[in-house]
Amino acid sequence: MEIFVQQVVSGLATGGIYGSVALALVMIYQATDVVNFAQGEMAMFSTYLAWSMLNAGVPYWAAFFATLAVAFVGGLLIERVVIRPVENAPVLTVVIVCIGLLVIFNSVAGWLYSYIQKPFPSPFPEKPFKIGDVFFGAHDLGALGVTLLVLLFLYVFFRYTTLGLAMRAAAQNPVSSRLCGIRVGWMLALGWGFAALVGAVAGMMIAPIVFLDPNMMSGILIYAFASATLGGFTSPGGAVLGGLIVGVVENLVGTYVRFIGTELKLTVALAMILIVLLVRPSGLFGRATVHRV
Amino acid sequence: MALLEVEGLEARYGWTKVLHGIRFAVEDGGITTILGANGAGKTTTLRAVCGMVRATGDVRFDGQRIDGRATEDIVRLGIAHVPEGRGTFVQLSVEENLRLGAYARREPGALARDLARIYDHFPVLGERRRQIAGSLSGGEQQMLAVGRALMLRPRLLLLDEPSLGLAPLVAREIFRIVRAINRDERVGVLLVEQNVATALDLADHAYLLETGRVVVSGPSAELRRDDAIRRSYLGY
Ligand SMILES: Nc1ncnc2c1ncn2[C@@H]1O[C@H](COP(=O)(O)OP(=O)(O)OP(=O)(O)O)[C@@H](O)[C@H]1O
Ligand SMILES: [Mg+2]
Repeated sequence: MEIFVQQVVSGLATGGIYGSVALALVMIYQATDVVNFAQGEMAMFSTYLAWSMLNAGVPYWAAFFATLAVAFVGGLLIERVVIRPVENAPVLTVVIVCIGLLVIFNSVAGWLYSYIQKPFPSPFPEKPFKIGDVFFGAHDLGALGVTLLVLLFLYVFFRYTTLGLAMRAAAQNPVSSRLCGIRVGWMLALGWGFAALVGAVAGMMIAPIVFLDPNMMSGILIYAFASATLGGFTSPGGAVLGGLIVGVVENLVGTYVRFIGTELKLTVALAMILIVLLVRPSGLFGRATVHRV
Repeated sequence: MALLEVEGLEARYGWTKVLHGIRFAVEDGGITTILGANGAGKTTTLRAVCGMVRATGDVRFDGQRIDGRATEDIVRLGIAHVPEGRGTFVQLSVEENLRLGAYARREPGALARDLARIYDHFPVLGERRRQIAGSLSGGEQQMLAVGRALMLRPRLLLLDEPSLGLAPLVAREIFRIVRAINRDERVGVLLVEQNVATALDLADHAYLLETGRVVVSGPSAELRRDDAIRRSYLGY
């Protein structure tokens, strides 16, 4: 029973991270119909920036927030400089540009920082927490808390601010948005900025668990795809919930199904993607989209 | 000086030219209507005025050239457009749709008052303010489109068939509102409307388009007596 509760909590912690990356994917997908394959590498690169700052002696939370700021501006610039010229190109062109970004970020990180794994600190104490009779990893609880705070911030921003409303409007109906005076191009760029910011949080929260290296996010991205597919690529809340489900299921299956263990966990994610696509392609919370031709 | 002056307006979709140099005006505080059969280019004309299609020619708003400018900048000058097809934000609530209409204005205090005004004009929208706009009926969405445009507090209102799909009573209500804001706030109106008799009643000037060219134009009172218009559009 204790093991079960511990595994659920640590599943929620990693699940929150999957959910955040999934949310970043969904935010860009909803606005542009494009899956940003570089999302994971952007997060990885942001985490390296944080690592550099920490190495230079910057206190953790200062480095954390500075990284978020850099990631936000970086995401915004990537949209303006790299994505915008292909904005009206066929979807496949944009996907190829995203894959190009992935390769560039990966190799630049490898070149700057080498491919050797580095430990990345957690801002939370090493000593496990004891609640009742059960011990919980402090980083698990802390990461879950940070993730939920970021999600809450985004929810409030999109739900209650005029700018958030304009971004949602621009994502769903660009033509009408222009008629309301909304600068649609900038709204898309802001979307990339927020997606990069959420990714940076995810990177900094997962790095203490998986260690920092240029390929650290490739597995996470697959889990994020599973989460977004499960929750529905058209539902931001669904993507987050999908992440939590994937995280918990992954952990429980790894613990209780002997032959899967840790090695085959990623297969579980892929199996989940396949099953959802076969049974309910629009995901648990997504809307089936009707494409007018 | 007229509020909107258009000269030599040409527009094309891809290779096909659909406006061949048209000329018209909306007087300050006036109502102008553009008439024409299906496919004559009425919608394209409204789109060209607010920069939604590629067009060339001379478009002056308040004496200032606005051709070639981005739609979002033209809107900021105070030109609101009720587009063909209504342009509803179907996944947003009714009230969010209306708030977006006021996005280009930066007077936070005015929002509540203007929402109240729209709900006063269209009580149905008030009753359904929290509802997802996509679940409204076609006629209700048409009211929402008009409401969204009014939220801008525009100086010029472009209306593309605002009564489409509306019950006669509601259509009459919309035209009553248009006439009222035109009279009380001196908002200029450029109206495209299927119901030619109503359009001619409302407007001071009228232009008849045929395949992208103005073939008849003048004060509406004169056009009402024009034989071609009477036979083709008024049916007497
Ligand atoms: N997006 C488009 N792409 C290509 N051609 C178009 C497009 N929109 C309109 N057209 C063509 O341009 C011409 C003028 O169309 P427009 O929509 O301006 O007509 P309209 O007078 O508004 O007609 P209706 O009364 O049916 O609304 C038509 O021949 C139409 O086929
Ligand atoms: Mg039309």
